[in-house]
Amino acid sequence: MSDFDFSVILDNLPFLIEGLGMTFLLTLLAIAGGLAIGTLLALARLSGFAPLAMVAAAYTNFFRSLPLILVIFWFYFLVPLILGRPVGGFYSVLVAFILFEAAYYSEIIRAGISSVRSGQVAAARALGMNYWQTMGDVVLPQAFRAMTPVLLTQAIILFQDTSLVYVVGLKDFLVSAELVANRDQRLVEMFTFAAAVYLVFCLLGSYAVRRLQQRFAT
Amino acid sequence: MNYNWDWSILVSEPYMGWLLQGFGWTIAVSSAAWLIAFTLGSTLGIMRTTESRLLRWIGTGYVELFRNVPLLVQFFLWFFVFPEILPDDASRWVKREMPLPAFTTAVVALGLYTASRVCEQVRSGIEAIGPGQRAAGKAMGFSEPQIYRYVLLPVGYRIIIPPLTSEFLTVFKNSSLALTIGVIELTAATRQIEEYTFQGFEAFTAATVIYSVITFAVMGAMRVVERRTRVPGTVALGAK
Repeated sequence: MSDFDFSVILDNLPFLIEGLGMTFLLTLLAIAGGLAIGTLLALARLSGFAPLAMVAAAYTNFFRSLPLILVIFWFYFLVPLILGRPVGGFYSVLVAFILFEAAYYSEIIRAGISSVRSGQVAAARALGMNYWQTMGDVVLPQAFRAMTPVLLTQAIILFQDTSLVYVVGLKDFLVSAELVANRDQRLVEMFTFAAAVYLVFCLLGSYAVRRLQQRFAT
Repeated sequence: MNYNWDWSILVSEPYMGWLLQGFGWTIAVSSAAWLIAFTLGSTLGIMRTTESRLLRWIGTGYVELFRNVPLLVQFFLWFFVFPEILPDDASRWVKREMPLPAFTTAVVALGLYTASRVCEQVRSGIEAIGPGQRAAGKAMGFSEPQIYRYVLLPVGYRIIIPPLTSEFLTVFKNSSLALTIGVIELTAATRQIEEYTFQGFEAFTAATVIYSVITFAVMGAMRVVERRTRVPGTVALGAK
């Protein structure tokens, strides 16, 4: 351990930060897309219209039964095939993450919507609001407030899972660290540093989750 | 979409053999890792509910550390970094003589990571029982190990059967990460078939079907177990 070389980290810092930017970009876009589709899936499941609810349930259970790596491989192979032309790894990976995360988010959002008391829906309907007004203005704002801690926890998991883009070589934080590690033969330094960076961000995230839980608990 | 379908690829050699072998490695990695995760996770979970501040602190530290570093990074740490920081003799043994290096590393990495998740489930199971049972055990003159053995654990494990089932299925799915350090498990095998034959659709479909069939079979079986072992007089978590 005595020959732990910090300079390799400092020398490559701009390159590593660029990778970290990719990790955050992927995380944010996947959260946004996953939340949007996840909300629709949750609404479909709670719609009371059996065929729609079944399709949404099947989608959720199907994606939750698969390893993320397999889903990444699927879309890395499928997206160029469907479009008929090669697209960069970024877009196929993004599609994979959004569709995969949507399944997990829909379960959280479903629980959140179910936690809103039914009197709220009745009151909105009594005021003459239609379905979308009831959901958009009354139910979802309360549901999202209640489930913020769980959503944030899922975001931390997603942040960690973006490292799996390694399997298609997209240059996120981990891949950047790995490239430097192999080029300069500094595996110990680079992987330890990568672990430390992920650890710090995730600890900050889970600290935020605890704070939120305390605030909502009172 | 231009694609030449050829489903027969899945039953022709050597590809079928690759699939079956890959499936075998997936099962081997998952079950060995689950063994570590379950024993270590239970121990840590119990530690987090004891009255000793030191034991609780160790359990919490373990969970915070292992849950907050991506699993893939942990694989790399065990595979590339760990052998380097060992003393010379041990380092040489790990690098040269340890049997099945990739498999062993994958099992250890996955097992230790999952232990942190099992720990949280076991802790929440024991905490869900409430302080009355522990107090009752003490009043009967049970020692602390006896309270756990005869009072808390038999009930606690029954409460957490549903979340433990999903942890097991998570291990099963996460075993696919072993491909990053060279274990040719199910996902890697199908990827290999795609690269050799360009029949990616068929290959990935095979893996998809195998993963989901196993998942749904385990879920179905555990639902039966769950119904039979439900703790009377409680609202079983996630039942029905």
